[in-house]
Amino acid sequence: MHPFAYTAAQTPQDVTTRGSHPPHPDILAGGTDLLQLLKERVRTPAELIDINGLDLGGIDEKNGCLRVGALVRMSELAADPRVTRDWPVVSKALLDSASAQVRNMASIAGNLLQRTRCPYFRDATTPCNKRDPGTGCSALDGLNRTHAILGTSDRCIAAHPSDLAVALVALDARISILGPDGEDEVAVENLHRLPGDTPHMETVLQPGDLITAIHIPASECARRSHYVKVRDRASFEWALVSAAVGLDMDGGTISDARVAVGGVGTKPWRLRTVESLLIGKAPGPQVFKAAADRAADGAQPRGGNAYKVELLKHTVTRALMELGGCA
Amino acid sequence: MPEPANNTPLTAAMAADITLDVNGARHTLHLDVRTTLLDALRDHLGLTGTKKGCDLGQCGACTVLVDGRPVVSCLTLAATQQGRAVTTIEGLERDGKLHPVQEAFIEHDAFQCGYCTPGQIMAAVGLLNEGVPTTDAAIRERMSGNLCRCGAYVNIVEAVKAAAAMATPDQKG
Ligand SMILES: Cc1cc2nc3c(=O)[nH]c(=O)nc-3n(C[C@H](O)[C@H](O)[C@H](O)COP(=O)(O)OP(=O)(O)OC[C@H]3O[C@@H](n4cnc5c(N)ncnc54)[C@H](O)[C@@H]3O)c2cc1C
Ligand code: SF4
Ligand code: FES
Ligand code: FES
Repeated sequence: MHPFAYTAAQTPQDVTTRGSHPPHPDILAGGTDLLQLLKERVRTPAELIDINGLDLGGIDEKNGCLRVGALVRMSELAADPRVTRDWPVVSKALLDSASAQVRNMASIAGNLLQRTRCPYFRDATTPCNKRDPGTGCSALDGLNRTHAILGTSDRCIAAHPSDLAVALVALDARISILGPDGEDEVAVENLHRLPGDTPHMETVLQPGDLITAIHIPASECARRSHYVKVRDRASFEWALVSAAVGLDMDGGTISDARVAVGGVGTKPWRLRTVESLLIGKAPGPQVFKAAADRAADGAQPRGGNAYKVELLKHTVTRALMELGGCA
Repeated sequence: MPEPANNTPLTAAMAADITLDVNGARHTLHLDVRTTLLDALRDHLGLTGTKKGCDLGQCGACTVLVDGRPVVSCLTLAATQQGRAVTTIEGLERDGKLHPVQEAFIEHDAFQCGYCTPGQIMAAVGLLNEGVPTTDAAIRERMSGNLCRCGAYVNIVEAVKAAAAMATPDQKG
């Protein structure tokens, strides 16, 4: 680790003020991603500002919306009885993430802001446009079996690794941000940017911005929801492909549908075409398969990750089948 | 204090007096703020029962309890742990009597080389503290963060099940 100064924030304003001025300290929450990046010298901040002493916890349900403090730990949110009952996809996505130890440490805000698992990004000796802008992308013609097929550019094809973010994008969740100039709210779907020509700019957050809470609206789709994660081993592994799905039924027809996918996009990826192909239909294997067939529309696979095109369609189908009671 | 890895001189804010509560005893150490809880335990407090495997959160060898919950000490900065209760493998025995999970690991031959064992035991104690059901599948899933290169998994699951049946509340970590 490069030497850094350490300060514990006493107020949220400590974070916004210090964060918006040089040397722009890195925010430390659970530290489960940041410590890896510090050890690998992918991040070399001059200062860390520890937010764990701030009052950013608590899970409250109000007006049909779940408000989750930024510092709520993954294990706490996953086990909350309101979440397991009314937002099962959130609980499942969290329990399918990382290990019990990491879930006890990791905050939900930190989860959304974790950096890609692209092995070149995490190896400070290789070219990587995301880590060192302009140096090139080692993955384009390198080992890219785990990389994205949707939302890629010729500068970066890194997949976004968060499972929770996929569930939150499916459910239209929003985040509250406290910045140097006041408060703001943004949809989780709009938090991350596409890589384009600037893969090092990953989110819409500005220096000094502090995520304070996440808001997850209640809905019938949230209540009847499910998460399927396909990976190289049964547990403690990132997704090759994952799918968060939710269905609202009106009699025998689907009146609303939510489908978002992970492991395949450069950001958490909502599949609105697939959703629209489900709405108004009677649930069943044929309808699910026909809709999921469009899941990889626009995909741009490279050598190593071409298998994800088919795997993505199958994963969406399986998630819908399991949720619809057909599996 | 370990030397910084490059020539950047340490300023005052890069070191701090850090008070840790480990196995019920308080220690104040003057540490480089980069020191992880793992390195503080092993290199500064001489508690070498906690092991370093990957140093990146991926193997579970360094598992300790913080306020009763298992965490990986390699991804934890010591500076963030002030005011919290840390329990290591050395802190499990009571009056010379091993913790039921330790007994069960011996009884069920749940290790070969033993390197992953302290982490396995701390993760298992954390699991039992939570009071979640201890089916084989649940144990495997909840302890998937602890890798065993010797492949002692089958006996580890047996040991954890046996310990779940034995544990009494006052023996929990
Ligand atoms: C071994 C291992 C396996 C894992 N497997 C999975 C997995 O399968 N699925 C998955 O989704 N994740 C997985 N993870 C990632 C893990 O979920 C994240 O590392 C974790 O959620 C990050 O949260 P944190 O609180 O530890 O963040 P930190 O590491 O403290 O911070 C992460 C980033 O977020 C910023 N940040 C944190 N909080 C705020 C805030 N309130 N406002 C603004 N910025 C903030 C930090 O500055 C930093 O840039 C795994 C991690 C490990 C170590
Ligand atoms: S895919 Fe992105 S993160 Fe990976 S090497 Fe290329 S530029 Fe870097
Ligand atoms: S040494 Fe901490 S998880 Fe491997
Ligand atoms: S007993 Fe050798 S690594 Fe587990």
